[in-house]
Amino acid sequence: MAEISQDSGSHKKGGKKRSKKMSTRVDLTPMVDLGFLLITFFMLATTLIKPQTMEITMPSTKKVEEEDKTVAKASQAISLILAKDNSVYYYFGKTEGAKVIKTDYSSEGLRKMLLEKNYDVAKQVEDLKVEKAKVHMTEEDYQKKLSEIKANKNAPVVRIMATDDASYKNLVDALDEMNICSISRYAIVNFDAPDQDMMKAQFADNQLSK
Amino acid sequence: MTAMCDVAFLLLTFFMLTSNFTKKEPVLVATPSSVSEIKIPETNVMTVLVDKTGKVYFGIDGKDNRQQLIQKMAEQYKVNLTPDEIKRYTLLDLAGNPMQVMKTFLDLRADVRDLPENNMGIPADSTNNEFKDWVKAARDINPDFRLAIKADEATPYPVIKKVMTSLQDLDENRYNLITKLEGAPGKE
Repeated sequence: MAEISQDSGSHKKGGKKRSKKMSTRVDLTPMVDLGFLLITFFMLATTLIKPQTMEITMPSTKKVEEEDKTVAKASQAISLILAKDNSVYYYFGKTEGAKVIKTDYSSEGLRKMLLEKNYDVAKQVEDLKVEKAKVHMTEEDYQKKLSEIKANKNAPVVRIMATDDASYKNLVDALDEMNICSISRYAIVNFDAPDQDMMKAQFADNQLSK
Repeated sequence: MTAMCDVAFLLLTFFMLTSNFTKKEPVLVATPSSVSEIKIPETNVMTVLVDKTGKVYFGIDGKDNRQQLIQKMAEQYKVNLTPDEIKRYTLLDLAGNPMQVMKTFLDLRADVRDLPENNMGIPADSTNNEFKDWVKAARDINPDFRLAIKADEATPYPVIKKVMTSLQDLDENRYNLITKLEGAPGKE
């Protein structure tokens, strides 16, 4: 290799000086070129960041025995209705005679309401996080304590209902709020007749469809 | 020169070893953002891709798995696929076409296969639901598959509902929704 480089180098015009100096060196330029070309290729073709995911568990459609069903107290229930144009409606308790309030997905809207409702749990989770940062706590302990806090029987239960006008983003946003507000009990349910009728009665048709 | 060469090859080695190639998706999908920090596993994933117009695509990991999958589906829908067509399917990460047109789709040139008019989406309605069969077939091949749904943020909810109801019917109640990372909570 060295000889070849020297040989070809000495024949080049103006390369004489250089070839004399670097007589024992191999010309690495093409190899480096190739190296960088491959680097570029791998850099562009790879995904270093793995996508995030949200794990959700949907209620099973299988018939559940009556005594196995978890019955939520009306006082704990929050119903969210995801409607068009990124608006979200919510009400507390039973569907009949509920007062529906309109809000949005901002931190001042939905999140504020959920945090207020879930104040106890959210505060405990927050304290636990602070404690974890201060004291050296193993991940295992942290998870254990976290699930203890989240098992709180008095925490709100959220039903998420999406209308046909909602988009997938709305649904993910709503689920995300559940995570942020440490609400452990929530379900995505169908937007059915009682709620539809109630919404119709309270709002004009142009705001909601169906 | 030597130093630069060393660095170049070091980087090259790094990228070669860490790389897992971007999956080729027939459509560009902008996923919604979330604060969730769970990562998707690299292997054993079946991906359901839903684009903005509501077309459903389905794909699983691994060429061998895909080969079994397409053979099963072809058998079920009585579609005769040549070994060459089966091989072509195994090279696709995601495919979204009813089985009836799958043969014509696989015979297309690779460069026109991603055009929107050549991808009709897998039917997932309550009357005509091929999507369920795809998931069922994939589940038979490997019971450990995780289901991941990747949908565009602008997808209308009824489409998602269709997919979710189909999955519920199959008793697939745990799945992952792929999202991208959002900054700190509070940012909108």
